[in-house]
This record gives sequence, structure tokens and C-alpha cells, in this order.
Amino acid sequence: MMAMRLARPAFLIDINGAADLQGIEVAAETITLGAAVRQRQIERDASLAARLPLLGKALRWVGHAQTRNRGTLGGSIVHADPSAELPLAACVLDATLLLRDTTGETEMPAREFMLAPMVVAIAPEQCLAAIRFPAWTEARSGCAFDEVSLRHGDFAIVGAAAQLALDASGKCVRASLGTSSAPIPQAHAKIAQRLVGTALDDATIADAAADVARAVEPDADLHGSADYRRHLAGVLAKRVLVAARDEARGRR
Amino acid sequence: MEKKHAVAIEVNGKILRAELPARLTLVDFLRDEARLTGTHVGCEHGICGACSVLFDAQPIRSCLMFAWQADGHRVTTVEGLANADGSPSVLQDSFCETHGLQCGYCTPGMIVAAHALLEENRAPSEAEVRAAIAGNLCRCTGYQQIVDAVLLAASRKK
Repeated sequence: MMAMRLARPAFLIDINGAADLQGIEVAAETITLGAAVRQRQIERDASLAARLPLLGKALRWVGHAQTRNRGTLGGSIVHADPSAELPLAACVLDATLLLRDTTGETEMPAREFMLAPMVVAIAPEQCLAAIRFPAWTEARSGCAFDEVSLRHGDFAIVGAAAQLALDASGKCVRASLGTSSAPIPQAHAKIAQRLVGTALDDATIADAAADVARAVEPDADLHGSADYRRHLAGVLAKRVLVAARDEARGRR
Repeated sequence: MEKKHAVAIEVNGKILRAELPARLTLVDFLRDEARLTGTHVGCEHGICGACSVLFDAQPIRSCLMFAWQADGHRVTTVEGLANADGSPSVLQDSFCETHGLQCGYCTPGMIVAAHALLEENRAPSEAEVRAAIAGNLCRCTGYQQIVDAVLLAASRKK
């Protein structure tokens, strides 16, 4: 923001040295990442790749090695660029944000955090301390992240992410789905819920993707009209649902 | 008078001590204070990659961090990637061999990005080379020769 000359704060406080913002805690039910954990660190952590695979898949689309080496998970979430991958992944995974001030810590669902492009529900005296992700413990699960951008590493025009779990018979037992494009990333919880109990056949997925295209209300800009983005949201929703299902089924 | 901060930064193996204003970027420190003008300033907002340097051996954009944040850390610029006697490294020489530069503005950043790739992956594919330099813009659009240079360097280092 400062390099873009969009902000020139009177005071600068460097939180990079705060050790309690750097933790990675992998527990049975949850995975908690400090806000200042570097994107590159998440990418290279084998236990996170196993327990939180969607984050690693999202990071493949984030910037370049030179930016991921310094960029943090918390920085991306509070910056809240509407096309950014990590806020979308946090919404799809229904992460909880731990916001800290001098009086203590409050929790907020990632799905309620983003209000508008680069506008988030954080008080001036608060700092994002950590992000807690629910761990999916189902034996058969799969996830996928996809997006359309002008060039790899550029801001996404539209992004989509899904995570699905199946029971032994192949029936969907848990589903999460979301898309990003301005004004904010959206988790399509009701559409995802309707997938639970189905066999996730192609027709069911196509219906859900069509629902996504109807549910989004994207802004237009010079890279694409609202209609184009709505179309992309449907196409990408279908792609990520098919890819997540196939991974859960063990086809790839 | 703006308050200054005392720092000690290891640049290309030498500890540099300075008192710096908080908002001086790392790239401006390297060029204007350390007089290492190999690192270039392009867009100054993290898009073009011309200012890439190694920070604790990992490639970063030196226009996107303040110099004092490098206090106690190790920075390597394109000058620091040359051989000990100052002659071009295998990678740097490969850029000459394949004509991997036209105007040369992006070259230091390209060499830093390619160096970081070859440190991790001694035999990259063409696609891996392209991915590694994807964050570096060449406005001459001479990407093909740059990719050739990195592949040549990888084959020479085998």
C-alpha cells in the first residue's frame, strides 16, 4: 500500500519480529497459523500440505517466489484484495480469525471479515494474531483451486475453490465451495450444503455450478464485464468441484 | 529531523553499518548508500522484479521492504553472485553467451531469480525456468534468450 502511494501512515510498527505471530500448531481438530507465517513457509511445510492441502493449492496462484518469500498469510487476509487467493481459501475452509488488542482476543469467522474491496471488520486498535482452520479428518477428501487471470501470478479475474469429502460408498458427506471476484470472496454455503448426500455425479455438479453463477454479483472493470465474471464463476465452480471430487475418489 | 535507526546489514559478505531513516527502502539503501547500482529500480511497487536480491539466500523484492528490516540479515545482490575474483559466474556468462539481454534493465533481477532457481533445482525444465522468472518483466520481451541462458548455465554446471 505504501509502495503504491495509497497510504502514508504517520507511524510504522514492524510486527515481523513478534514471535507469537509466527506459530504453526497442527492439532487433531484444528490447524492454527500465526498471522506472520510466510506464504513460502506454508508452501514448503509437509504437515500442512497433508492436513491443509487447499492452502498449498491456493498458494500456487499467489504472486511469485520473490513476493511469497516475504508475504504472510495474515497480511494477505487483512489486505483483503477481492481477487486474492488466501482470503478465498480462508472463506471456503470456514477459518476463524483471532483478533487481538490490549484487552484480549476476539474471534471472527473469515466469512464475515471482508466487507468490501480492501475493507475488513477490524478495529484500528486490533491486530490479526492467528488464523484457525478446521481440519478435515474424513478418510476420503479432495480439494481444488482454480482461477482465470491474464498471466500466471497476476490478480485473478475470478477464482474458485472447493473441498469435498465422501463416505465409503462415494456419497458426499461434507462440501465447501467458494468463488472470488470483486467486491469480496464468497463462500457458497447453501449451494455446497445441497451437494451433501448426493453421489456428486456430473449433472449435480453442473446444477451447483449454475447456482453459483446465479448467486454471484461481481463488479465490472476493464478486464471484464459483470456478465463475463458471472460466467467464469460458473465455469470455475464446475472445474473445482469435478477436480475435488475426482481427487476424493482417488482418481488422481 | 527524521529519527534514524542504526543497522548492521551483511551485504555480499561484508557487514555494512549505517544510520537510516525508517522509510528508506532496501533497494535505495543498496544503490545510494552501499553504492551497489547493479540492483535496479523499476516499478517501485513490487511488480517488475528488477530490484530482486537474495535475502537470507531467498529471492525477494528489495523495493518492498525497508532497509532497517534487513538489520541482522544477509543480503546478496547481483554483484555478490560473481566469482570471487570478480569475473562473471557461469550463470552471468551464460547470459552473455545466449544474448540473454538487450537493454539490460531487467538482467540483475533475472540473474537473481535464475540463481535462486538453480540453487534449488540443478536441472530445471524449460517450464520450470519460465515459472522461476515469471515475476520478472523484460520490456524488450527477450524472454527466449533469457530462458536459453538459464538452461545453458544449468547444463554447464552439471
